[in-house]
Amino acid sequence: MANVTLPNTRREVKAKASRDDWTMRAFMLMIGTYLVVALAFPLYAMLSKSFEDKDGAFIGLDNYINYFSTPALFNSIENSVFISIVTMVITVTLAFFYAYALTRSCMRFKGFFKIMAMVPILVPSLLPGIGLIYMFGKQGYLKWMLFGHEIYGPLGIIIAEVFFTFPHALLIIMTALAISDGRLYEAATVLRASKWKIFWTVTLPGARYGLISAAFVVFTLVITDFGVPKVIGGQYNVLAVDIYKQVIGQQNFSMGAVVSVVLLIPAIFAFYVDRQVQKKQVAQLSARAVPYEPKPDIRFDALMMSYSSIIVLIIVTILATCQFAALVKFWPYNLDIGLQHYNFDLMDGGGWDAYYNSIKMALWTAAVGTIVVFTGAYMVEKGRGVEKGRTLFQFLAMMPMAVPGMVLGLSYIFFFNNPDNPFNFIYGTMAILVVSTVTHFYTVAHLTAMTALKQMDKEFESVSQSLQQPFYKMFLRVTVPVCTPAVLEIAIYLFVNAMTTVSAVVFIYSTHTQLASVAVLNMDDAGDIAPAAAMGMMIFYTNAIARVLHMFVAKALEKRTQAWRQR
Amino acid sequence: MSANTVGSDTGRKPYLTTTDLTKNFGSFTALSDITLEIYEGEFVCFLGPSGCGKTTLLRAIAGLDIQTFGKVTQAGKDVSNLPPSERDFGIVFQSYALFPNLTIRRNIAYGLENRGHSKAEINKRVDELLALVGLASQADKYPAQLSGGQQQRIALARAIATNPGLLLLDEPLSALDAKVRAHLRHEIKELQRTLGVTTVMVTHDQEEALTMADRIVVMNNGVIEQVGTPIEIYRDPATAFVADFIGTMNFIPGEFNGGTKLKMGEVELQCEVQGTGPKGNILVAFRPENMLVQEDATELPNSFEAEIKYMEFMGSFFRVDLMSKSASADAHIKGDFSINMVRRTGVKEGDTIRVSIPKDRLTIYPGASNNG
Ligand SMILES: Nc1ncnc2c1ncn2[C@@H]1O[C@H](COP(=O)(O)OP(=O)(O)OP(=O)(O)O)[C@@H](O)[C@H]1O
Ligand SMILES: [Mg+2]
Repeated sequence: MANVTLPNTRREVKAKASRDDWTMRAFMLMIGTYLVVALAFPLYAMLSKSFEDKDGAFIGLDNYINYFSTPALFNSIENSVFISIVTMVITVTLAFFYAYALTRSCMRFKGFFKIMAMVPILVPSLLPGIGLIYMFGKQGYLKWMLFGHEIYGPLGIIIAEVFFTFPHALLIIMTALAISDGRLYEAATVLRASKWKIFWTVTLPGARYGLISAAFVVFTLVITDFGVPKVIGGQYNVLAVDIYKQVIGQQNFSMGAVVSVVLLIPAIFAFYVDRQVQKKQVAQLSARAVPYEPKPDIRFDALMMSYSSIIVLIIVTILATCQFAALVKFWPYNLDIGLQHYNFDLMDGGGWDAYYNSIKMALWTAAVGTIVVFTGAYMVEKGRGVEKGRTLFQFLAMMPMAVPGMVLGLSYIFFFNNPDNPFNFIYGTMAILVVSTVTHFYTVAHLTAMTALKQMDKEFESVSQSLQQPFYKMFLRVTVPVCTPAVLEIAIYLFVNAMTTVSAVVFIYSTHTQLASVAVLNMDDAGDIAPAAAMGMMIFYTNAIARVLHMFVAKALEKRTQAWRQR
Repeated sequence: MSANTVGSDTGRKPYLTTTDLTKNFGSFTALSDITLEIYEGEFVCFLGPSGCGKTTLLRAIAGLDIQTFGKVTQAGKDVSNLPPSERDFGIVFQSYALFPNLTIRRNIAYGLENRGHSKAEINKRVDELLALVGLASQADKYPAQLSGGQQQRIALARAIATNPGLLLLDEPLSALDAKVRAHLRHEIKELQRTLGVTTVMVTHDQEEALTMADRIVVMNNGVIEQVGTPIEIYRDPATAFVADFIGTMNFIPGEFNGGTKLKMGEVELQCEVQGTGPKGNILVAFRPENMLVQEDATELPNSFEAEIKYMEFMGSFFRVDLMSKSASADAHIKGDFSINMVRRTGVKEGDTIRVSIPKDRLTIYPGASNNG
């Protein structure tokens, strides 16, 4: 074996790409291009706008200097960070104990508690704000509980944001608690550690990545949220609303761009930290971990159940208040029940058409988004070669999570409303709303698809190639059917979020494409709070029905395919 | 470098060759300069410890992970840079990679479609294959409803459905329990003989390689240590690594300075060593089963005294642990004693006996302080 060959005299073998390889690369390139056009270019347009004056002349940092010398503007940074941190602490604490109850106790009706905790996901963030106004506002029936404090302002914002972010935090923490290793508890119990000691030395450390991740997700959601502070913020300025005010109120697009850039920074930072933490959590999961099985304990279970019931009661109260207010003639003076607030056609905001548009938009988003996201994920995960291209694609797919909806929407004005842009024709159409929404929610959908694809045997593609069968046959006949649960999950996720989103669409809807969520905003703005509540509840019912349908379809599918699904 | 060809095969044209095949993962070299010839209809096993590069070599041959340098030819054609779909092989993975949502019939038919065959033809071929692997009654079940061994056979049927010129198997039996494995070993070999398809199987199980292969390629750390028939590999291991990896081997430090005698400690032994072997400090190697025990007064040639430290009953023989002050101060020597011999002589733990190693069963390898 003493053969000496000089490496530089040998030619490296360059793999020849097959027709399938080229087709898959073409698909990846197409979807990558989509992300560049729908995300990177608009963001660039917005960034350059922040260095221009009203007439489009380059003025360097003037806008920024202007921003940081106007207290009314830069004070919002502190306000935004303040409410985000307070909400973060409260939500994570509440969600942790709720998750603890769901995973570590033997309380009854866990299924019910799990579903009820997810309800806030189904409503636009404007709605809890409206609910709180009816409960604690000037004529609120629980106003006495505030002891003279104002609900309009940080207090209201924080309560509504906790409602809005609770399910997101809960999902993450529940996953973290569910994967922790039952063997550690056994060991601790054998060592006669007390319940408290186990809690502090096993439970909390085990869930630490989940807690950190949840904290950053909540932080990002709150700092980028627009609905809650818009409705209940009063004079308390925050960044997301500032963008809206600059753009819609004062038509000062450059300043809107500056605020957007300012808002991007904490969002990107939180996103980055969260990604690092998620990676660690995956590494922590050992293959041989045994799930923890809680044992009944009457007092502890009762305590946990009371706690969970209180949380559910608060969620239900806020929504029920909205529904009740939407049905009564004139809160609080005439409590006769009637449907007059459902005459949306008489109000600003687009009427019932807005509602139907929303459903149309959500269906398009679910259909187009699921196909684009899943296909893209497949090409990037199962394709061969072009490693650099795939890394770039991954990066593009992760980016939307770091971009607040308001920022994306504003970027779309700058980019698509430019008459020189060849894509200008989609401005003002349903298409741009779908593009914006698909892009805004791309990352979570992409991650869901990737997780499902990674669970498929890596060698399916190898076998298919050795049998000289085209990749699309594999994709359509094996990959998609096997991944159907994930595909449905992506579709319902996109649908629900398309129904509720305001921030990603508020700048780019047109008179022909008004949306229900925006109608809630506009009716509330115009003082028609009861119709706004009514429309918000319509969104809730639509999403609830969609969720139930999804559940039935998923169940039916599971039954039909259980012959081949291993458990 | 000499091509790893065996004498009896000269004159035949190789079906599959790799020439100076090298595979790098970043700065790590997983395979270096692998040159190999495989003949038509041969059953070749790649054998070696975990991480030695067996799978990497197989995947390079398949075009699934193309080598960094070097050439691969199949049926006289240079396929070095071709994607798998433009090569001619069937493959079975350790995981079987059966499509879970397709029935057994459709799994096997998968590769037969889009080739201009009619439905009836495809069905006929699938039935044929199902009969061949003895699972005709399972056609409409799903993979998850079959046992591991049955799934393995379906994967095999799918791989040979299109009559590929080359069959590649990556540890096809390692996910099965011992009994099924032994049975399938035989079945796969039988099938391969019937079909006459050139086959390469990766395994880290020496018993599998010894029983199934026409030739074995022993690999270690990304290089080929030896190529040969199972008997050649077992009888004449080319390197100490092969000797140690295949079967059990005693290695005792010794000294050899040419001629027909070597020294093992104070013991002098006759040997038959070719002139090209190592000299100076060496390792004397012999297998436990080649050790003879002196049963009466007549002294055996090449014998020395040893004390029985421990006897382990292995079923059909005893594995005996011996110490010999004269041969080595601290080396334990393993010997295999037949049940009959033990009964005959009544040897037991603590006895001191005379053992002998026939001179044609002694091999020498370079010693620790001797860079060969
Ligand atoms: N994609 C890869 N990137 C980096 N290193 C790799 C990669 N694939 C294999 N290796 C390394 O190359 C070496 C050979 O791997 P290979 O899978 O061929 O081993 P093997 O002989 O098949 O072992 P086993 O019996 O465990 O399957 C190992 O050290 C492995 O870590
Ligand atoms: Mg391997």
